[in-house]
Amino acid sequence: MAAEWRTRVADALANQRTRANIGRALDGLVAKRRAAFPDRDELERLRDQGQAIRTQALACLPDLLAALERNCTANGIRVHWAETCDQANRRISDILHRHEARMLIKGKSMVSEELGLNAFLEAQGIEVVETDLGELIVQLAEERPFHILAPAIHKDRRQIAELFKARFPELPYSEDAEALTATARRLLREKFRGAVAGLTGVNFAVAETGTLALVENEGNGRMCTTVPKVHIAVTGIEKVIARLDQLPTLLTLLTRSATGQPITTYVNLVGAPRRTGELDGPQEVHLILLDNGRSRICADPELRTTLRCIRCGACLNHCPVYVRLGGHAYGTVYPGPIGGILEPQLQGLAAAGSLVDASSLCGACDEICPVRIPIPRLLNRLRAEGVGAGSDSQVPGRGSRRDPRQTAIWRLWAWLHADPGRYRLLSSLLSRTGTLIPRLIRPWTKSRRPPRLAPKGLHRLAREAGFTDD
Amino acid sequence: MSDARSGILQRLRAGGIQADQTPPDIPLRRFDWDPAECLRRFRARMEAAHGEVHQVGADWPQRMYELLHREGGALLYGPQGPLGPALEQGWPDRGAVRLIPYLEPVEACRDTLFRSVDAGFTSCRGAIAETGSLVLWPTPQEPRLLSLVPPIHCVLLDAAEICSTFHELLTRQAWQTGMPGNVLLISGPSKSADIEQTLAYGVHGPQRLVVLVRS
Repeated sequence: MAAEWRTRVADALANQRTRANIGRALDGLVAKRRAAFPDRDELERLRDQGQAIRTQALACLPDLLAALERNCTANGIRVHWAETCDQANRRISDILHRHEARMLIKGKSMVSEELGLNAFLEAQGIEVVETDLGELIVQLAEERPFHILAPAIHKDRRQIAELFKARFPELPYSEDAEALTATARRLLREKFRGAVAGLTGVNFAVAETGTLALVENEGNGRMCTTVPKVHIAVTGIEKVIARLDQLPTLLTLLTRSATGQPITTYVNLVGAPRRTGELDGPQEVHLILLDNGRSRICADPELRTTLRCIRCGACLNHCPVYVRLGGHAYGTVYPGPIGGILEPQLQGLAAAGSLVDASSLCGACDEICPVRIPIPRLLNRLRAEGVGAGSDSQVPGRGSRRDPRQTAIWRLWAWLHADPGRYRLLSSLLSRTGTLIPRLIRPWTKSRRPPRLAPKGLHRLAREAGFTDD
Repeated sequence: MSDARSGILQRLRAGGIQADQTPPDIPLRRFDWDPAECLRRFRARMEAAHGEVHQVGADWPQRMYELLHREGGALLYGPQGPLGPALEQGWPDRGAVRLIPYLEPVEACRDTLFRSVDAGFTSCRGAIAETGSLVLWPTPQEPRLLSLVPPIHCVLLDAAEICSTFHELLTRQAWQTGMPGNVLLISGPSKSADIEQTLAYGVHGPQRLVVLVRS
């Protein structure tokens, strides 16, 4: 894992074109977010509210999920529970088989990425069509989403034009964003018209009314929820909120943090399948509630804050590590700071523990998170969990990243610093053998200027200047 | 699958989660904008998102016809909707744009809907000044797809129905006591910025959103 991680990082850093593309795109998103919150006091008030709403929802999660199920069922939405990705995938394919659907049109859903749904369905001969433009681009390129919100942010228009040309040689070549978008519209229109089943994610599930709230700009999500006979919504169990009147606060935090928009073009509130007398809308709506480790995360009061996340992606846009590496280097569904705390908990520290190192702990994510997830603190906690320090938590793979050499070095370090005599000996030794240091820390000095130690340390200089230890 | 349900809920309950947390007291921001200010802000936001806003009077069908007749074609509408009769009455006979009623289930008229209709017309349940959003409650008389599939979507909005914020609107209209199967906030024509953050309008929903504001 660690070696693969280092290879991916090296590859990502060497890809100048992608780095230029994401640098440009993320600078734009950061500026748009800043402009969307001109009033600092209002922003802090909104963050207070967002944090309170999400904290309360997680504290009452079992009751809210039961209420959501009750109210959805009363509205005619069928609710399914899945403890694992495999259970969710099977449930979805059962529904598709029952309706003899050979094709599934999909709106954007990160949970479906977590499920590995596309590969699962394709193995059963079901065609999966991504309909969000960015998702369609990465599907055509046979890649994974690069960013949880803007999946194709790493590609410039020339790369996208070449991709379209390779996939659809019969269509005229164009590098114009509008022309490429129009092409996607034409291609997908026929799919929408004929689809039997559509699948989307959920941004917020309102327990009080049994309502599924979805935000989007393109209208592809509405196509997936409205045109086909069957609509399947997939969501993690943490996405539930208590009341409808809490929705406006979260919506405004989400869209402004994500893209700087005061609101998305569409806010689609799905409340029920087609009712008697209605001429359109799906005949069946299914809601899949996925656990996949979330209930375990919820049991730890500190780690539970991870689940407040509303998936705005702002922590990715503001992260100096994500900006340089991009989303693919992480090798996980959720990249960036939120991925750094979520993936090691979902997959375990043995599989995804390297991600917690992908941070300089600069605190930018902490400063902008709309629901105030203390990401740097959680990264530190998971670093400690990785080497087996700290409490008796349930994070899978706890202690799996323990390295005996590292443990020995830190023990020695602590021993040297625990006694003034030993400490003085160490510092005088270091100042005399300072030239050796670059060789001892080669991984660091390979790409950086080695530190030059002064012949006399601060303590010695101070003593010589007449200061005493008191 | 009920095994999964009880497994999940059991783990959550065992995790020491308090069930009786009091909901946070959240004073939400409201604005005491007067109707003129609401309209001004709604218009500014809607136009910034490439929506068209026109102030109209009782002759709104004629005005709408004038906005559409250059393209010609067919306008889909709900004849039994709240505005159906007024639209039919005010629509010019033998004009360049003919009216098509949405009367059959979508299964029976899918091809017409996707291929032969150029515009759709709906009423709305209000609007939001802060974000420049229209609020639609589709009904059997005004189905869900009227505002999505045709390349142009026309809406008649009563100026008095514009609220300052979404929160004000949904509490004033007491949404939690009953909602239709689908509720929509629409804040412009459909768009995407997935290619180099360049905005392109008219992706899968309408390319043009025409808002007629009746005062």
